[in-house]
Amino acid sequence: MAVATATKSTGNRIARPRRNGLERQGRLAFWLLLPAFLAVFGVIVYPMFRTLLISLFEVKSAVATVTPFVGLDNYIQALSSSGFWSAMGRTLYFTLMSTSIELVVGLVIAWLLNARIRGRWLLRAIVVLPWALPTIVNAAMWKGIYNAQYGALNGLLSQVGLIDQYQTWLSDPFTALNFLIVADAWKTTPLVAFFLLAGLTAIPHELYEAARVDRAGWFRTFRSVTLPLLAPSIALVLVLRTVEAVKVFDIVYAMTRGGPANGTQTISYYTYVTAFSEQNYGLGSAISYLIVIVIIALSALYLRLLRRSEMSLL
Amino acid sequence: MKRKTVATVATHAAAVVVAIACLAPLAWTLLASVSPQSDIVARPARWWPSEFFLDRYAAILLDADSSVGASFRAAFMNSIVVGTSTVVISMVVGILGAYAFSRLRFPFRRTTLMIFLATYMLPQVALLIPLYLILSSLGLLDTTLGLILVDCALVVPFTLWILSNYFATIPADLEEAARIDGTTRLGALFRVILPSARPGIFAAMMFAFLLAWDEFMYALIFTSTDNAKTLPVAIAEFAGRYTTDFGLVAAGGLIASIPPVVIALVFQRHVVSGLAAGAVKG
Repeated sequence: MAVATATKSTGNRIARPRRNGLERQGRLAFWLLLPAFLAVFGVIVYPMFRTLLISLFEVKSAVATVTPFVGLDNYIQALSSSGFWSAMGRTLYFTLMSTSIELVVGLVIAWLLNARIRGRWLLRAIVVLPWALPTIVNAAMWKGIYNAQYGALNGLLSQVGLIDQYQTWLSDPFTALNFLIVADAWKTTPLVAFFLLAGLTAIPHELYEAARVDRAGWFRTFRSVTLPLLAPSIALVLVLRTVEAVKVFDIVYAMTRGGPANGTQTISYYTYVTAFSEQNYGLGSAISYLIVIVIIALSALYLRLLRRSEMSLL
Repeated sequence: MKRKTVATVATHAAAVVVAIACLAPLAWTLLASVSPQSDIVARPARWWPSEFFLDRYAAILLDADSSVGASFRAAFMNSIVVGTSTVVISMVVGILGAYAFSRLRFPFRRTTLMIFLATYMLPQVALLIPLYLILSSLGLLDTTLGLILVDCALVVPFTLWILSNYFATIPADLEEAARIDGTTRLGALFRVILPSARPGIFAAMMFAFLLAWDEFMYALIFTSTDNAKTLPVAIAEFAGRYTTDFGLVAAGGLIASIPPVVIALVFQRHVVSGLAAGAVKG
């Protein structure tokens, strides 16, 4: 009885300061988040709002003095141009191919990095290298590998006897796009592998023990234990990589400049050309908003996946 | 038993294939960078240089008269300045914010975090025009300070996210014990949370540095001279100008890769545990 009253009275004593405490916590949170807020909103959200305004005007030069309001004309112009749709199509192809390659190969590598093999530490150190290589250096390296005069690919294939003559690999638009995907996947697959490895290491060992006790085979264990528990990591990696792939620009710029015959012109590159080479800022801004819509649509799709797999970002 | 041996052999074979796939392109590039031009263009292809030719490294690193070397060295210094500053700022900003997200209760906590993370979905190309105008009106075009500012906004959502997840896995009891002893919240953050969040901090630092070192589009548009140009822009120019001299591009690219490669090798041990916090439901 005495104990009960004691706890009750302390409970009352805490109750009042607690409301204050919540207010204090809110205030502290505000100050702690202010720097992040300033950085992200000043440099991303506010400029994004200005881009929205620019997209509603006809701005055809950096020093244009006459910039008439045109409403949604820029959006209509973008949506009715074939250049926009083919760039969008190439981007979605790039996204689909590169994320699938990265996911499948990344899963294999993650599994290897988690397996009991000799020299696992060495394999980890080797796998991290492509990821650490700067994108522009990666692009220059693969441009060299594919080169028609001295490239390693030509050297290797002709010595093995698979080709008679050195090929100009990057002269066919579709081949160039696929080779770009290989170069991109080579660099980003390790990143995917490390994210998946993080997910693999979080799976409790007992579950595998249980699977072994049940005499579940390799595939059965993978399907019933690994895959469901890895689903949050897979969904996360899918979102990250899809967003990156839809935005892809650097490797295109450094490897092909969108060529040949615009065959590797992704949507970010197309926007860049429209806004900066053709100096059509209004149209460029409108296209960049259309990219945002595509990214949000794809992400919403994945976020449904995330929710279904009960993934929480925090 | 026999089946197990087959599986072990297959696993090791797969590991060797992965290692070769990762190393072969790099090895070829490294060898090209120390091969004389006649070896690079030789047919059939020469895989091992007839002599080790280090003139390109000397021109890039040492030659005072070479304009290529001078602007490469300037770009290297700019990248160091931009990279380290971006890491320091975005780690401090990220640690403070992550403490708020993982330890404090306030309205719209989850929504706020989601908004921060969602900025990652916006394409950089959409921000170029207004950022150019803003930087120009502040007199920050072609300065490292301007680049640090825009790079931090790219990196902060990442550090916030990795650190919030990691802080959330640290038991609150530790901190409460310290606070009962009279330590303030911030004191507890520095004395209790940070020391036990080391893997998360290292993972966030590695991500921040790789992102900042890799950033290309802002540097391409917002810088124009050796004053602020970073390595990715310098290498892209290199590769555009010296299309026939692959050895030179390779040498420059490999030197430019040393800092991120060293950091990745040193910190990679922590990446998995640092990210694992986000992989399980926190």
